[in-house]
Amino acid sequence: MTASADTTAVQTARPKRSVSRFMRPALGLLLPVGLAVLWEIAVRLGLSDGRLVPPPSTVYEMLADLARTGELQRHVAATLARVAVGFAVGTAAGTILGAVAGYSAIARGLIDPTLQGLRAVPSIAWIPLFILWLGIFETSKIALIAVGVFFPVYLGVMGAIVAVDRKIVEVGRVFRLSGFALVRRILMPAVLPSYVVSLRAGLGLGWMFVIAAEFMGASEGLGYLLIDGQQLGKPAEIVAAILAFAVLGKLTDWLVVIATAPLLRWQDAYGTGPEKS
Amino acid sequence: MLEINRVSKTYPNGVRALEALTLTVALGEIVAVVGGSGCGKSTLLRLASGLDAPTEGAIILDRDAITAPHEKIGIVFQEPRLLPWLSVAGNVGFGLENRPRSERNKRVAAQLDRVGLTDNATVWPRELSGGQAQRVALARALVMRPEVLLLDEPFSALDAFTRVDLQDHLLALWADGKPTLLVVTHDVDEAIVLADRVIVMRPRPGRVQQEIVTDLPRPRDRQSAAFDFAKRRVLSALDRSLDRRASVDDRQTLADEGAARWW
Repeated sequence: MTASADTTAVQTARPKRSVSRFMRPALGLLLPVGLAVLWEIAVRLGLSDGRLVPPPSTVYEMLADLARTGELQRHVAATLARVAVGFAVGTAAGTILGAVAGYSAIARGLIDPTLQGLRAVPSIAWIPLFILWLGIFETSKIALIAVGVFFPVYLGVMGAIVAVDRKIVEVGRVFRLSGFALVRRILMPAVLPSYVVSLRAGLGLGWMFVIAAEFMGASEGLGYLLIDGQQLGKPAEIVAAILAFAVLGKLTDWLVVIATAPLLRWQDAYGTGPEKS
Repeated sequence: MLEINRVSKTYPNGVRALEALTLTVALGEIVAVVGGSGCGKSTLLRLASGLDAPTEGAIILDRDAITAPHEKIGIVFQEPRLLPWLSVAGNVGFGLENRPRSERNKRVAAQLDRVGLTDNATVWPRELSGGQAQRVALARALVMRPEVLLLDEPFSALDAFTRVDLQDHLLALWADGKPTLLVVTHDVDEAIVLADRVIVMRPRPGRVQQEIVTDLPRPRDRQSAAFDFAKRRVLSALDRSLDRRASVDDRQTLADEGAARWW
């Protein structure tokens, strides 16, 4: 696919960079690209008609078709908007409740058991209730996504605050910080790495739940495209939608990482270190 | 003047860590506190720093009763406890946040120069060696120009060479502003190199066994006969203080020390 071509181009453009920088992604691409190529050849040779498992070229044509008519953009926009709003709502609620429960033992005793109980409910089980309460349109879908995002963020924030080292809090106390100053200068930076991890976990669940939400009756969105492909017997459309999900999921996750990277530079010295290899 | 006046501490679990301890440290004096495990020497520092409150008695610094961390009192812990998200300079300037930027930068730069870490100003704490990190911790406390600096086994996690190096360094830093130093240690050599007076404590409950004046002329020669004599006196007092009723406490202290190797 084009990605591997890009990789070689960059490699020749900057020959001094270590080869292993590009070898590792190239190695990871070998299996999926290899399988796709083999399947394409098999269909071309007539070993299979490729009707149920469309070859890459058919999927590509389908994507190109969808993009030309503007269908793809419309569905992607609808799904992205739902994930964005659901993620924002779920993150806000999870952060606030997680912070309160982490900071105050009384609040934790009050709300944590209830939330842990609710967490045990598979979130898909809320769908019928949300539809009854919030209707079949956007609100119920966003609510479902928000629920999916909420729990990892809530647990991540609460757990991170509870786990902040007492010794480092004491450093704050020695410098006579208390209340908000202690939160701002000690607790917030200390929980930031786990917070980013929980945001990424939440976002992943958000993408999972948007499909469930769109299965419950939508007229647009990538989930609708999946159902449409199934009902009209167009496997290429399904695979195209799945590919779109993969790309969007990876892209948004990458955005979270990029956006938070400047705040976590202090961790870089270890592991992900600047050009260690 | 730091006055510790009949201070007792009983922890919520019922352990009596200190029993009516009285100690007066003059301004600019260096006092070392030595003693076996569980004799309450770390408790004493935590009370003097205001991190914990005494059960009975009072700690008074120049007429202020110490009930919470005080601006004139700095503390260096056994571990550097640097904030990993701040650069070395950021850590040293941590307590100066309310000062104007120019003053903060000047004082941080001067202090870093004093501990010999100017080249590491922009480095993250994880990239420092143990000795360098403890120097940063010293700088972070000293940049506040404390009247009293408390040190809780500050060099015990370091190797022997670095330890001796940092002891001499601490004395040089002390000579700058002559703050009062109260050093808790379990290293008798360290106590005698640093202190004008050594307080030997005895455990369960923690109280003073003996006070030994060790005002040898400075700089002190670790090999001299006078040094050796002082060391013998402290060691024999320590020996008498060891009331051999080893119990759960010792194991608990060991576990605490293990957990304390954090930075």
